[in-house]
Amino acid sequence: MITFENVSKRYPDGTEAVAGLSLEAPDAAITVLVGPSGCGKTTTLRMTNRLVEPSGGRILVDGADIRERPVAQLRRGIGYVIQHAGLFPHRTVAENIATVPRLLGKDRRAARKRSLELMELVGLETVLADRYPHQLSGGQQQRVGVARALAADPAILLMDEPFSAVDPIVRKSLQEQFLQIQAEVGKTILFVTHDIDEAIRIGDRIAVLREGGHLAQFAAPRELLEKPADAFVEQFLGLDRGVRRLTFISSNGLNLRTDALVKRGVEPEAGQLELPWLLLVDEAGAPLGWIEPRRPGAAPIPIGHPFRAKDDSLRAALDAAVLCPTGWAVGVDEAGRAVGVVSQEEIAAAIREAHRASLEAV
Amino acid sequence: MSALATSVFDMPSYVQSSYVGLILTQLEVSLGATLAGLAIALPIGQFCSRLPRLYPPTLGLVTLIYSIPSIALFVLLIDYTGESETTVFIPLTLYTLAILVPGVVDGIRSVPRDVLDAADGMGYGRARRYLAVELPIALPTLMAAVRVAAVSSLSLMSIGATIGNYGGIGDLFLLGLRFFDNRLIWVGLITLLVLSVLCDIALRLVQRLLTPWARSLRSIG
Repeated sequence: MITFENVSKRYPDGTEAVAGLSLEAPDAAITVLVGPSGCGKTTTLRMTNRLVEPSGGRILVDGADIRERPVAQLRRGIGYVIQHAGLFPHRTVAENIATVPRLLGKDRRAARKRSLELMELVGLETVLADRYPHQLSGGQQQRVGVARALAADPAILLMDEPFSAVDPIVRKSLQEQFLQIQAEVGKTILFVTHDIDEAIRIGDRIAVLREGGHLAQFAAPRELLEKPADAFVEQFLGLDRGVRRLTFISSNGLNLRTDALVKRGVEPEAGQLELPWLLLVDEAGAPLGWIEPRRPGAAPIPIGHPFRAKDDSLRAALDAAVLCPTGWAVGVDEAGRAVGVVSQEEIAAAIREAHRASLEAV
Repeated sequence: MSALATSVFDMPSYVQSSYVGLILTQLEVSLGATLAGLAIALPIGQFCSRLPRLYPPTLGLVTLIYSIPSIALFVLLIDYTGESETTVFIPLTLYTLAILVPGVVDGIRSVPRDVLDAADGMGYGRARRYLAVELPIALPTLMAAVRVAAVSSLSLMSIGATIGNYGGIGDLFLLGLRFFDNRLIWVGLITLLVLSVLCDIALRLVQRLLTPWARSLRSIG
């Protein structure tokens, strides 16, 4: 557990980066520090491994003041990941990952073995072990950065915008894999981002900071979306926080209708002709597109994207329905076979139902 | 062929040294001066990159030294070090600073900020960070400066002939002039050119061996 006790940072020129921050980052959880630029989130992170010294207050790790230990020893016990990875250009991937174990005196062979294990953990092929960083893509470099931070198996990980410098698709896959790794290793993580979507996607707890280093709200993602503490947080969350909140509601409760599916090459049944839209599926059951029973022969309308009927959130289902011109969303199973369809109206009803349930729960 | 080679490279008695002897003196003094210059430039450069405000005046000073005519320096030094290799060695060393100090500073500045940040965050101490991170990354820039300094010293050293046979190959120019022997001047000139080229090639090889990572960087870029 990392505890911030009334921590502040004031620079000699009088700028206040962090003002009286009190916060507890729980064990084995991802605590996200999010806020606009100048809110002191990076300063807060860098005070945790003493790259910046606080001008007031204390920071405790598992109850012990971080100033009690020699600074190098403290830092070697805390994993550190930064935006552009900051890999050593003159060292191979395996040598980069082995940095802290080597600093701690581990022998070369054991350190290399550990590097290869970590490469597998973060999803890097071990054939890359002897490449230099500039021979890797941005996403791969960032994976090396994460592996390097984990190499000495620290209890704490500090991550400063680790996925901000890569393109959105790579970012999403890095985030997903990062969550998988965290499920495996269970580190106590402080994660800085300016991206509220990223914060909500990966955070167990989110600290929203405002300019001048004031803590605006500290809450779980769902609570943050449902009950923003003030106008600043509300504005920072953006106009789509209602939709975003649906991320936390399962699509499990939706009633998928199965009578609108028709296999390719099979004539629709009499009852199906009454429906406005029919979903054409191939022999294996994969959705091909929407057809209008009244206009046979017209080209099928693309479905946009389907949602995973059991696992995805209402947000994914709603997006699928909004995206498709027909206003219907297609639910699929793990194998991508259509299991049923649901209309915007039915999804809207499910959202109202979820609201009612949460109001009653209060 | 060997008779011709012997006749071309045989030195007249007034040269007071064999051809190979001249080459060895040449290499010893000019490369020695480059190394000594490097030993001085490294701490100065490190100092200037820590305190950037001191860099412009320092750069001004080493450039000013470079602009002092070598003859003047020889004359000043001769009172203290006499007619010796040292009298040639000291000015050459000082001259290399004008190339090596900026080389060191540019090299250290070429280390990306986030690399230093990562090194600090992982618990490198100052000295260790300098030796294991900053210096190796600065090496390609630094070695480029070392190559220029070495070749320039090889050429500048010729003036050493003026204080009495301490110019290495350069002795041949002065003696060729004095004894109206164009052959000596041509031999000296070509030898100096070949030495410079070989020296540059050798230093490039050293650089390649020291920076395998930068080699693959070039092949990509």
